[in-house]
Amino acid sequence: MDCNQVLVSKVKKVIVVFTLLIAFLSIKIDTFAQADSAVVPVDSAVAKTAEEVSGEHAAVAHGKEKFEPTKVIMEHIADSHMWHLWGHTSLPLPVILYTNGGLEVFSSAHFHHGEEDYQGKYNKYRLEEDHVKVVGADGKIDEEASVLDFSITKNVAAMFVAIFVILIVFISVAGAYKRRVGKSPKGLQSFIEPIIIFVRDDIAKPNIGHKYAKFMPYLLTTFFFILFNNIFGLIPIFPGGANVTGNIALTFVMALGTMIIVNINGNKYYWKHIFKPDVPFWLYPIMIPVELIGIISKPFALMIRLFANITAGHIIVLSLISLIFIFETLAIAPVSVAFVLFMDVLELLVAFLQAFIFTLLTALFIGMAVEEHH
Amino acid sequence: MVGSIAAIGAGLAVIGAGIGIGQVGGKAMEGIARQPEAASKIQTAMIIAAALIEGAALFGVVVALLGNNPQ
Repeated sequence: MDCNQVLVSKVKKVIVVFTLLIAFLSIKIDTFAQADSAVVPVDSAVAKTAEEVSGEHAAVAHGKEKFEPTKVIMEHIADSHMWHLWGHTSLPLPVILYTNGGLEVFSSAHFHHGEEDYQGKYNKYRLEEDHVKVVGADGKIDEEASVLDFSITKNVAAMFVAIFVILIVFISVAGAYKRRVGKSPKGLQSFIEPIIIFVRDDIAKPNIGHKYAKFMPYLLTTFFFILFNNIFGLIPIFPGGANVTGNIALTFVMALGTMIIVNINGNKYYWKHIFKPDVPFWLYPIMIPVELIGIISKPFALMIRLFANITAGHIIVLSLISLIFIFETLAIAPVSVAFVLFMDVLELLVAFLQAFIFTLLTALFIGMAVEEHH
Repeated sequence: MVGSIAAIGAGLAVIGAGIGIGQVGGKAMEGIARQPEAASKIQTAMIIAAALIEGAALFGVVVALLGNNPQ
């Protein structure tokens, strides 16, 4: 009886999967035929007959702007001077430039989505591919001009939002601990406490040892900063949606923090292991450079891991959404949305896992640096 | 053309990571089945090893992503 039910549900599942597969394939063949005809060069003499054959399709394809998934996806995961809200509405963000003339501050609304140039105090500026460039006297972009861009971009604004939320959460939780000394946790406090205990007992203590307390502030900060930014990145609407932890500059700074903390706290055994390892002396010319590269490569791996994981997650979600526009049919939307939902749930796990891995490896490296010899 | 070669590169990088993480996960499962009381320790070690393997694969993916830049 029980076995039979399982079998029936399995058969049903197989039928559903096959139906979706067949639907998927039939749509795919259709649209590929359309895409082929759209590629046909219209000008050449040879193409004329082809155009006559596929004239109908070509007319449809030429009527609309062609959808380029790579461009759209890269636009969404890259940093921007505007925060796109909906449709044609964007939130303009301040542009802060340090040019050879001096500091210059203006709103990115002056660029009108990159369509117009802005005459600043010292130079004329143009927005090209979301980078502010100086326009020379001849109306062309002056590549030589030195402009340091300190703008509050979309990523920076999203990071401020995350920091604001983290501050609200942790100030209220810390206040609750002060007010309720010796009492059981309540509300938000009882949600955050197990995570803090988890960072302490499962990350810091086993990897660092009895000196863990000194490093707890850094570990907790990295953990919650990455976690909150990852989760905000998964929210598609306004306060989220920026690819903050998928930005290599941010992960670089975080990895740099880890590298500095590890090397400042390295004891004599750590440095002995690098400059005077327990190997025959004629191996030193190989071992010392390898160990010195190890100092750099460990945080470098941290940087790439977080960046690539989060960026890859965003690209997958955006690619699945793009399927609807590539196939130009609503029939694919349920499949696409189902996959996106699945990926989003998986990304939620990844958001936590990457925060965990970053903190764990930081704790591991600190542990290696402060370990006493035995 | 550049795009497809970059995609092949990313795919090759992922094959290695797949084999590696599969091995790590499988052995960890065996370990936990033998000694369920050591599950939490095995899990931590497994995640560290998986992260290191994944790091190597992601280098490949990032190089493919950067290489996918037809100039």
